[in-house]
This record gives sequence, structure tokens and C-alpha cells, in this order.
Amino acid sequence: MTENITVPSQMQRRIIPARLSFFRFFKALNYLGYPDWQKQTILIFLVWDWKNKKKRPILRTKSNFYLQRATNDGCTIRCKENAMCRLLHLFSTALVLTPAPLVALEFNMPAGVTDTSQSVFNLHMTIFYICLVIGIIVFGIMFWSIFHHRKSKGAKAAQFHGSVLVEVIWTLIPLLILIAMAIPATTTLTDMYDATESDLDIQVTGHQWKWHYKYIGEDVDFFSILATSREEIENRKQKNPNYLLEVDNALVVPTNKKIRFLFTSNDVIHSWWVPDLAVKKDAIPGFINESWTLINEPGTYRGQCAELCGKHHAFMPIEVKAVPEVEYLAWLDAQKASKLAAAGAVDKDWSKDELMAAGASVYEKNCAVCHQADGSGLPPAFPPLNGSAIVQGDKTGHMQLVINGRQEKGMPAFGAQLSVADIAAVITYERNSWDNQTGDMVSPAEVQSLMDSQ
Amino acid sequence: MSTHTEAGHHGPAKGISRWILTTNHKDIGTMYLVFSLIMLFIGGSMAFVIRAELFQPGLQLVMPEFFNQMTTMHGLIMVFGAVMPAFVGLANWQVPLMIGAPDMALPRLNNLSFWILPFAFSMLLATLLMPGGAPDFGWTFYAPLSTTYAPPSVTFFIFAIHMMGISSILGAINIIVTIFNMRAPGMKMMDLPLFVWTWLITAFLLIAVMPVLAAVVTMMLMDVHFGTSFFNAAGGGDPVLFQHVFWFFAHPEVYIMVLPAFGIVSQIVPTFARKPLFGYHSMVYATASIAILSFIVWAHHMFTVGMPLVGELFFMYSTMLIAVPTGVKVFNWVSTMFRGSMTFETPMLFAIAFIVLFTIGGLSGLMLAIAPADFQYHDTYFVVAHFHYVLVPGAVFGIIAGVYYWLPKWCGKMYDEKLGQWHFWLSFIGVNLTFFPMHFVGLAGMPRRIPDYALQFADFNMLTSLGAFLFGTTQLLFVYILIKTVRKGKPAPQLPWDGAKGLEWTVPTPAPYHTFATPPVFGDK
Repeated sequence: MTENITVPSQMQRRIIPARLSFFRFFKALNYLGYPDWQKQTILIFLVWDWKNKKKRPILRTKSNFYLQRATNDGCTIRCKENAMCRLLHLFSTALVLTPAPLVALEFNMPAGVTDTSQSVFNLHMTIFYICLVIGIIVFGIMFWSIFHHRKSKGAKAAQFHGSVLVEVIWTLIPLLILIAMAIPATTTLTDMYDATESDLDIQVTGHQWKWHYKYIGEDVDFFSILATSREEIENRKQKNPNYLLEVDNALVVPTNKKIRFLFTSNDVIHSWWVPDLAVKKDAIPGFINESWTLINEPGTYRGQCAELCGKHHAFMPIEVKAVPEVEYLAWLDAQKASKLAAAGAVDKDWSKDELMAAGASVYEKNCAVCHQADGSGLPPAFPPLNGSAIVQGDKTGHMQLVINGRQEKGMPAFGAQLSVADIAAVITYERNSWDNQTGDMVSPAEVQSLMDSQ
Repeated sequence: MSTHTEAGHHGPAKGISRWILTTNHKDIGTMYLVFSLIMLFIGGSMAFVIRAELFQPGLQLVMPEFFNQMTTMHGLIMVFGAVMPAFVGLANWQVPLMIGAPDMALPRLNNLSFWILPFAFSMLLATLLMPGGAPDFGWTFYAPLSTTYAPPSVTFFIFAIHMMGISSILGAINIIVTIFNMRAPGMKMMDLPLFVWTWLITAFLLIAVMPVLAAVVTMMLMDVHFGTSFFNAAGGGDPVLFQHVFWFFAHPEVYIMVLPAFGIVSQIVPTFARKPLFGYHSMVYATASIAILSFIVWAHHMFTVGMPLVGELFFMYSTMLIAVPTGVKVFNWVSTMFRGSMTFETPMLFAIAFIVLFTIGGLSGLMLAIAPADFQYHDTYFVVAHFHYVLVPGAVFGIIAGVYYWLPKWCGKMYDEKLGQWHFWLSFIGVNLTFFPMHFVGLAGMPRRIPDYALQFADFNMLTSLGAFLFGTTQLLFVYILIKTVRKGKPAPQLPWDGAKGLEWTVPTPAPYHTFATPPVFGDK
């Protein structure tokens, strides 16, 4: 029997040894990351094949061409000529040979991790199946007529051109289907709109191009910025699995608690969307929208800004980390502690090297998207900092611009976004990088005193 | 007319002045169609840039700011420059021929409404060369991204939109006046061919909503230059107001882009099924119902802006209702084919593809109408897939079908049927390869209008890009077929399609420069 098993490549040899045991085989598939449905299909095939094993001749007929082809391409087992078997054979060969990530393609809405997302998913699938049935019936009749009622088959055209009864029927039936669809949709929607009795309120503010989270009543707030490196975006480095969906500070929330989100924006309209939570709501400047979620399973759930908000719309992801409440409370305490520590940084005596090092990372995160990593900017919208009169000029003018921004030009007021130490660091960095060699440094104390005097 | 002894029977003027000064509906129709073909390729080349950038994850060819300009200009040019002028071109050619009129009712106005367009679009395209670049806020230009945060070229964009609006309104007035006043003696409203009916309803939609578009861009202009705060929350305005006004225009606008295609398909299917259209009256009523409903569904584009629950429910229910008259139309087309005697020349193939693929777009539209599910679909590639299914194999296939159908009458030559079939099948495969995978990436969570995407969307995006390149290149074949037909096509018979009915087929082939100088008597219905 063993001669029936051809082993074309090293890889195949490893995952499908000559006398394979299902167990080892599936362990290998698991290891390679094949999804369940793929493994199950392969299993069905193997059982089928094993049943036919005894009667199996090796066929070299022309009719067996496809089987031969599959075999040459690395199919491992031959079976008796049997249409069904051959089909399964081909299919599973393709599956085995298809790299797992390709088969693991995501092509449907996630069912998510909340009761709401589950009912939205059910609604989606219900409507989809209704549409599918309608489509099959309508197109079925159409293609049946296309096939049978063609002139080349000698069809003679009937001359009827209307029937009131039929028209009434196919107006009423869709109406009834629509009513049937509207009922569960209304229930789900009503539930999604009930944001009352929340355990926790989080204010989410959209900025070009980052999110700000504020835990209401907790004195904890922070920005959440894309963490993917420029090297990866510019194809100079291998992209990691969470490419464009990772942030520096994730939104940490407790599981099994009703969380109310309050959305607003600082500049243009953004939209906060996490598919696994089925929450998508616009963040609109000057207005507050609300939405809620209650996450059942701990985990990291990723999303993106969904409303075009300018140049870096694609680069302001959302990362929600749902953890058990105990862990959440510990995280909250740690946040408060680090905020206290940051406040102490103003009084610390900073060296220029420390400021330059800190400034480089602040610049990369906050400034480089517009003014570019090399300070060349994107004129005319975003002026260069390299060689800029403001950067090379008076320290106070430079500090004022960074702190207060220039709203009409799209330069944010970083005084409200960054810590005093970060502002000092980034200004020092800008004044001593590229062709800007002013040699001076700006200390957090200077920034603090300027902000106090305003 | 008075100076000529043979009034109404002279030929076209010679040279370029024929085209600049013409008031002939056929010349103006031709200019509209050629203009829209040029715009199709300009808008299409922008789609090429978009799809090339999205071929793989990572930034390869263009920077995000230019990518946004491309998506914006692609949308604006395809909507206002390709689809709408193509339908006006078809209306110019066909409405007078189909109702037995010698020309449009207002021929000089007709000339003006065409010649505004090249200037409007030259200005819009010129913004690509301006400092700060072209408009980059999406074809829906939501404030305040399009006001406070817009590039300086937004002012030129506003002016261009105003000009396009004037052109559309003038064209629409002309069509309505022509249909109401210049029908052949004996032709009642319920005798009108469906293409004429759908265009009449479309023209009313245009007159109703184009001023709304003008209003919204004027409010933007005031916000940008004159210190008002219509859409600026800091000054007491409301950014969401923009969306309400915009979609009050733009939802009827999507029907403006598809109703005439319904009309074209309703002409073609009976011809090639050799059987009268099933349910003529209900087709007319369904078209009118769709048009009326289109005014009360606009906020389904805005389910995520935070409307009150009753608002969401109202717009959800009213949107779902549109499925009923649309369904009636599809059922009627299928019934027209049922027990017919069908042949499948190129116009029929495009018409059948229209019915199938438009229905797919309609069904995904029904899914989008369900507000709670729409929270997941909104602003994803699922929406992009939906409206491209309605507009490309919908509106554009309708236009192409109409061109193949009437071309023999226009130029007196027959297109190459074999090449037409190639054009159809390559377009059909290309269009589905391009837009079907978009449903999948959209459902899996890919937002629209992004130049770079997460890795799980990579495979489908590559497929989409390949499909787009195939579809785009195939349209060069269309141009080749058109040129070949006009220059050395075989002479077309008087009645190129044996099942074709209607006044347009009673004129000689090719249609002379002036037709129906003496009104025909309509009565063979």
C-alpha cells in the first residue's frame, strides 16, 4: 500500500509521514495554523479515501487527468476513479497546499464579544439569507427562461404584457418580508440606544490623528496613538500581524461592566469603530454622542477610525483591552501613580541629552506625521521645521507656537495634549536636530512658567 | 430658420463651428456622450492610481494626501462628469426621436447647458495643479473637513459644482419642456416609451435637488470666506446640518444616476425578448414611487451621526420601503424575458448583466437599510461594494447597453458583434472581480478611503486591484469598437433589431441631421 503514497517535497514529508496517524497529522495542521473547517474537510476526505483504499488501482487513463495533475502537484494519496472522490481529492489537496493564512481569510462580519454584537451579527446573517433566497428564486427563473426561451431553440414569444393579480402579489409579498425584517431590527436598535445605568463613563475625543480617552470621575486620561513604525508603513521592515491596528496606550476596560462612551471631537468629524463590540459612532466637534458596550470576554479588540478625517485617516487605530475588573482597578491605580510621577518631572533637573532622547520619541509620535521625520514638512500645508525661522529664532516664540498651536492652519495646541516635560523635550529636540543647531535647550520649568504666565 | 428656403433641411455647418454653435439635439447628444467618455477615462485613471496603491499593504506609490485627492476627484468626476452627462447625451439623442419631435424644445439653452461642462471640469481638474492640491475631503465633502480644514482649492471646487448644477438644471428643464410639449400628435403620457418616462421623472428630481446642492456649497463658501458659521460648532453652527442638506441632494442624486438606466433596460429587454414589456403601467408607477421615496430616506447615510431613536427608525423603515417598487421593476423585467424568444446581442447581454448585478447591489442596499447592522457596514468597503454595484454594472452598463442598442441608428453602421461580445464578457468578469471581494473586506472591517490597510485585507485587495486593471483596460476595447464602427462598420439596416418598436426606428438609417420636421402620427400602439 505504501507505494500509493507519493511524497513530493520535504514539507509534505514532514506533515504527512508515510504511515500517517490522524493524530500526528492534525497536530501538524494545528501547528501550521489551519482553521477548523479546513481541518474537518481534510479529515472527511481522509476517511473517505481510507474506505476506498482496498479497491484502489493506480489509474493512468486520460479521464484521470486531473487526478494525475493533482498528484504531480503534490497530492499524497491516490484513490479509485470516482467522481466524488476525485473532487474531494482535488479540493483537499488544494487545501493542504494552500498556505494557512490564505485560507484563514476573513470574509464575514465578526460575531463579536458582546450580546449586542451577537444580535447584530444574527440580524446580518438573517437578512443575508433572505436576500440569498430572493436572489436564487429571481435569478433562477431568469436563467431558466434565458436557457429555455431563446430564439435559437425555436422559442416563440408569448404576447402577454401584464397581470394585475401577479403585480399585487409581488408587491405584497416583499412588503411582508420587509415587515418581518423590521421587527428584530427595531428591537436590537432600541436596545443599542439604551445607554442608561452605566457602570463606567469614558469620554472619547477624536483628534487629527489620534484618540484621547478620559475616564470620567477618575482623573485618568491619555492619548492613544498609532504604534506601527514608519519603517513598516514604508516597506522597509517586515510588517507585524497587528500592522496599523496597534497603539501605544490601549483603552483598558473591565469585562462584564456596562461602559458608556461619550464621543466628541477636537477638529473634524471622526468615527470610533470597534467591530467586535459593534460600536460605531461619529465623534463630532461641538457635539456629544453616546453609545455603550458590555464586553463578555477578556481580550484585545481592534478597530479604526471610520470617517474620513484628513491625511492620516488610515493611521488612527483603536485598541480596546478588556480585562477582569480586579486587573482593571490595578491598572487604574498604576495610571494615577504615573500621572503623579509625570507631574514631578517638571521639578527634575533635566540634562540636554535626556531632553533630546525624550524629544526624539515625542517628535516621532506627535509631529512627524505632518512635519516629517526629517523636519522637511509637506509645504504648503505643513511647513518645514528644518531651517525654520521660528525654530531657529527666539525660544519663547517657538514655545508659544507649540503650546497654543495655530488652529486656522491645523496646528494643534499641544499645551493641552502633552506634558510639560514632553513639550520641553520636543522643543529642545527640534532646535538641535537636522540643520537646526541653536545649541540651546528648553527646560520643563521654562515651559511651565510660560504656561503659568498665559 | 427663416432665411433658409429649405427650412429645417440644411445639413450641419462645417468645421469646428458646427460643434460650438450647434443647436441640433443630435450634435449636442454626441458631444455629451464623447465628453462623458473622456471623463470616464480621466476618472478611471484615478481609480487606477487608487487600486495600484491598494494592491499591497504599505505605502508604495502615492502619499496619503494625494490618495485622498484621487478618491475625491474619482467620485466627483464619475458622478458629475461621466454618468450624468452620458444620460443627458442619450436623452438628447433619443427623447426627440422617441416622441417624434424635430429637436429639443429649447435648442440654444441646450447648447449652453453642454458648453458649461468643459469649463466646469477644466476648473475642477486644474485644482490638481494648485498649491495644497485638489479637494481631498471625499466626494461627500463633509464639513468641517471641507471648510475649516480644506485646501485653498475648495473655492474652485465650489465654483465648479455651481456650474455643473446650472448645466444640469438647464438640461432638465429642456427635457421636461420637450416631453410635455413636443410629443407626436396622438401620443399620450401613458404612451411614452419607458426611457422617456424615466428621464421625465429624473429631470424633475434634478430640478428639485440641484438647488439644494448649490445651497450647501454656497453655505460652505460663506463659511470659508465670509466668516459665517453654518457648519462650525465653535461659532454656533452644526457640522451635521451639512450632512442633512448634502444627503437631501445626494440621495435623489443616486436615483438620478440610475432611473434612466432602468428606462434603457426597459427598452432593450422587450426588443431582444421579442415580447412587450411586462407591466408598463406598474413600471411607470414604480419609477415615480422610487423618485418620491428618495426624498424621505436621506438620513440612512447618517445612521451613525447620533440621531434620536425615532429618527433612525423612520429612516430605516422608509428606506426598506424602496425595495418594494424596485423589486416590482426587477420582477417585471424577468417576466418580460419569461416565455420570450430571446437572442443575446451585446446590448441584451449588458442589459441582463444590469438586471443581475443591479439586483445584487439592491439587495446589499436592503442590508444597509437595517440600521443596527448598518453600524457595522457604515463607511466600510461593504458600502463601496454596494454603490459600485449600483453604479458601474448598474448605471454604466445601462449606458453602454444603450449606446450599443442605438448606435446603428445614430451612425448608420453596425458595430462588430464579436468584439462587442468580448467587450461584454471581459467587462463582466472585470467588474465582478473588482467589486465582489469588496463586500468581504468591508464585512471583515476595512474602512473606506484609506491608502493603507491591515494585513488580513491583503488578498482580497490584490484581487480587487487585478479586477480593476482588467475592467479599466477593457474599456479601451470599447473605444476601439466605437471608432471602428463609425469609420468602417458595415452599413446597418433600417431596423437593426427585429424586435425593436418605437418611433426612433421609423426614421432612416443613419438618422438624418433633421428628423420629424413633419410630426409623425402616433397610433400603432
